[in-house]
Formats: sequence, C-alpha cells, structure tokens
Amino acid sequence: MTTFLSGIFTRSVGKKIAMGITGLFLISFLIVHCAINATIFVNDGGKVFNEAAHFMGTNIFIRIMEIVLFAGIIWHIVQALILTLDSRKANSVKYAKFDGKANSKWYSRWMGLLGTLILMFLVVHLLDFWAQARFTGLGIPPVMIDGKEYENMYGKMLEVFSVGWVVVVYILGMISLAYHLMHGFQSAFQSLGLNHKKYTPVIKLTGTLFSIFIPLIFALMPIAIYFGFLK
Amino acid sequence: MNLTLKIWRQKNKNAEGKFETYPVKDVSPDMSFLEMFDYLNEELINKGEEPIAFDSDCREGICGSCSMWINGRAHGPVPGVTTCQLHMRSFKDGETITVEPWRAKAFPVIKDLVVDRSSFDKVIAAGGFVSINTGGAQDGNTILISKDDASEAFSASMCIGCGACVAACKNSSAMLFVSSKIFHFASLPQGKVEAKTRVQNMVAKMDEEGFGDCSNTYACEAQCPKEISVEKIAKMNREYLTAKLT
Ligand code: HEM
Ligand code: FES
Repeated sequence: MTTFLSGIFTRSVGKKIAMGITGLFLISFLIVHCAINATIFVNDGGKVFNEAAHFMGTNIFIRIMEIVLFAGIIWHIVQALILTLDSRKANSVKYAKFDGKANSKWYSRWMGLLGTLILMFLVVHLLDFWAQARFTGLGIPPVMIDGKEYENMYGKMLEVFSVGWVVVVYILGMISLAYHLMHGFQSAFQSLGLNHKKYTPVIKLTGTLFSIFIPLIFALMPIAIYFGFLK
Repeated sequence: MNLTLKIWRQKNKNAEGKFETYPVKDVSPDMSFLEMFDYLNEELINKGEEPIAFDSDCREGICGSCSMWINGRAHGPVPGVTTCQLHMRSFKDGETITVEPWRAKAFPVIKDLVVDRSSFDKVIAAGGFVSINTGGAQDGNTILISKDDASEAFSASMCIGCGACVAACKNSSAMLFVSSKIFHFASLPQGKVEAKTRVQNMVAKMDEEGFGDCSNTYACEAQCPKEISVEKIAKMNREYLTAKLT
C-alpha cells in the first residue's frame, strides 16, 4: 500500500494510466447519455424523453454520478494539460522537417486541440441545458404526462435547436469528439496495458465504429429537430 | 546521382547551429547513406574544411550508433532499416535531402549530427540487468523456457538503443526503448526475480532524464529500425501497475 501511495500517478506511466481510466469513464458516460437522449427519436412529443430526463434529474445515484462525472472530466483535463506541458519540456527544439503523416495519424498528434474544442462545446452545451435545469429554470412551462407534471426538457431541446448556428456548433462539437475518440478509444486500452495480438484488432474496430456512430447519433438530434423531423 | 544536402552544423554543445548546403556530385546509388557522407567528408577535408561529425560503428544495423533524421524521418524513408543500411537508390537524382540530429531534451547535440545518448545508459544502469552472484555456472538447459517466452525476450532484445523512437516521438518519449529493455529480461525466468523493482526504477530514471510522456501516437513503432511493437509499452504499463498495486 505504501508503494501505491508513493506516487502511482506522478510517473509518466502512471499519468497515462490516469488518462486511460478517465477516458474510459467518460466513454461509459457517453453510452448512457446517448441511449437516453436517443429516446427523442421515438417522436412521441417527448413523453419518454421527459420521463427519462426527470429520472436522471432526481435519482440519487445519478445525482452522485453527476458529481463523479464532473470530477472525472476535470481530472482528465488536468492530466491532459500536465502531459502536454511535459511534452513541450521534453521536446523543446523542433525539427526543420517533420514528416508526421509518415508515422502517425493527425488526430493522434492533435488530441490536445481536439480536447480543447470539445471543452468549448461542453461549455456551450452545459449553459444550454444543464445550468438552466439546475439553477435558473428552463424558462418554459412544464408539461403534463399521465396526470403528472414534468419539466419540459424536450421543449427546451426544440427551442435550442431551432437556431441554425447552435446546430452548427453542435455538429462541429461532435466532429471533434469523433476524432478524439478515433484515437482515444483504443489508446485508453493501450495506456491501461491492454494490448494483445488477439483482442487489439477487435478493440480497434469497436473503437472506430463507436467513434463514428455515437457522435453521429448525437449530431442527428439537433439536425432532426432543426429540419422539423421531430415535433 | 547528383544531390543537394542540407545539413545541420553545430560546433559544440553550447554553440548555436545552422543548416549548411552542400552539393554532392557523382554519388553511386549503391553507396550507403553513411558512405555518401564519407565521400562528402573526404571532399571537405581535401578543401581544408571541417568534416561533418556523425556517429557510426558497425555499419551493419546492429550497434545503434548511427542516428540521422533524414527528410523528416528517423533513419530516412525506408521502414525497418538504420541509416547505415539505407542506400542512395532510395533517393531520386537531383533530390534535396535535409539531415538533422535527433531532437530531444534528453539527447543534447554534441556536434553537428552527434547527440549525447548517455541518458539511455543511465536508464539501463537503473535496472536493465539481471543480478547474478557468480559461482559454478549452471547448465543452461536445466532451466526450461517456453518458445513463447524465448521469442518474446528475443523480440525485445532486438532493440539496438539507437534512439529513433525518442527522435520520432512528438513527446520525446523513450517508452519503446525502456519497455524493450525491460522485457528483454522480464520475459525470462532469471529476469522475473527482479521484475517489480526493475520496472519502477527504470520508469523513474526515464522520467528523471527528461524524456516525455507517451501519448500513443505509435510514431516510435513506425520508425523503429527493428520494428519493435508498441505492445511492449502496454506490457510495461501493465507491469508498472501490478508492481505498484502489489
Ligand atoms: C466527453 C468528453 C471526452 C471523452 C469521452 C474523452 C475521451 C478520451 C480518451 C478515451 C482518451 C484516451 C486516453 C488514453 O490515451 O489513455 C483521451 C485522451 C485525451 N483527452 Fe479526452 N475525452 C473527452 C474530453 C476531453 C477534454 C474536454 C479535453 C481537454 C480539454 C481532453 C483532452 C485529451 C487529451 C489531450 C488526450 C490525450 C492525452 C495523452 O494521452 O497524451 N479530452 N480522451
Ligand atoms: S552504424 Fe551500427 S547500426 Fe548503424
């Protein structure tokens, strides 16, 4: 235990392990978030979605996980910042000629930039929904479902995504997320030491599909609403 | 072949370096890259100029001395070879070739294309060995080693310590080198004994020497002249985690 306490996450390898843990945790959050939001595609005027949003907003376990999630994002970002600054220090003199594409993917080399774009998107996104639901109120009247009153999160979605530039911001956010995950998904397994001749190709394929479909489903939400496919 | 070489010249560790351009005429396509440098240096010496300093020893791809950053890549454009085994037929007649030293804080330039790689030696000294109290030598065949373990140790021992992994990495991370040196030993019964302390000490030394953190771009694997797989890095992370947790 004392060796454990003696700075597991302060060494280079430990920092990667922290990155891997937080990355996979954020991925697991994306799955839940995407599954719940996809209920809007039932196209029932938001009935199922509002009920799900109500559950997420009031269930004690989910509320605790919300705090863990914020902690996870902050830990992820702080570690990413440390990693990036360490690299700057270790690699202070640049080559006159560097043929990056001959040895790696551009999105693997630009994770910091992609992460920063995601962070900018997250701020906009949290202000659009989460901050209002928690603090200021949604500013639209509640709805009645089966004789019970619910916050109209669905109505809020329709309102937010009726504005063209907001839809564009969300699409750009999801493209950044797609490339971040295209590297990040398999990278997290590698960081945690899970590389195996048999399983790594499966992880890489899963990662690619995940990186395409999850952001695509998310992006289709504002698109479908903006173009009036969902009422 | 006629070529134009743009080469990094730097008098010593503290001097400020700069690129010099040298035209080289009548180069044979069968020359190795280093032979081409010998040829150019002869010319410079005949003219009374300072020859270009570069490292080389075996010139057959096994010692890891040669270390040139050629046209934006470690050991040049051909995968799986060292600079000494790169031939001029891999270039086009009339081409301009840019040659730089390895760039990393842990590899300071000593002169021209020569860098100080003693940071690697220090990492080895921190754990890249097996402690044996010598006595009567035991018959090697009494220790049974599976083919898989032997192959794993062998593939790790392929590392010649040239530093291309560090040179190619955007973070100047030495993890491919260090993990290779770890599993060169840790895959075998004699090396397993010190496995826990080895990984912790070598990782600590690697950090101390100023190498950066890995971000899994896998540039090291792509540029390693011995084509060592990043699977070794994952194994090192696993071994590090197990060592810390148990
Ligand atoms: C939902 C949001 C996010 C998810 C799902 C996510 C996921 C991941 C994953 C899985 C990795 C790979 C971890 C590894 O290599 O072990 C990663 C790496 C990274 N993330 Fe994120 N991330 C998110 C948000 C962010 C944000 C907001 C930032 C920065 C402001 C960021 C910056 C980075 C950086 C720089 C890396 C590369 C670190 C390295 O290995 O050198 N990420 N991310
Ligand atoms: S000189 Fe020995 S590997 Fe190139």
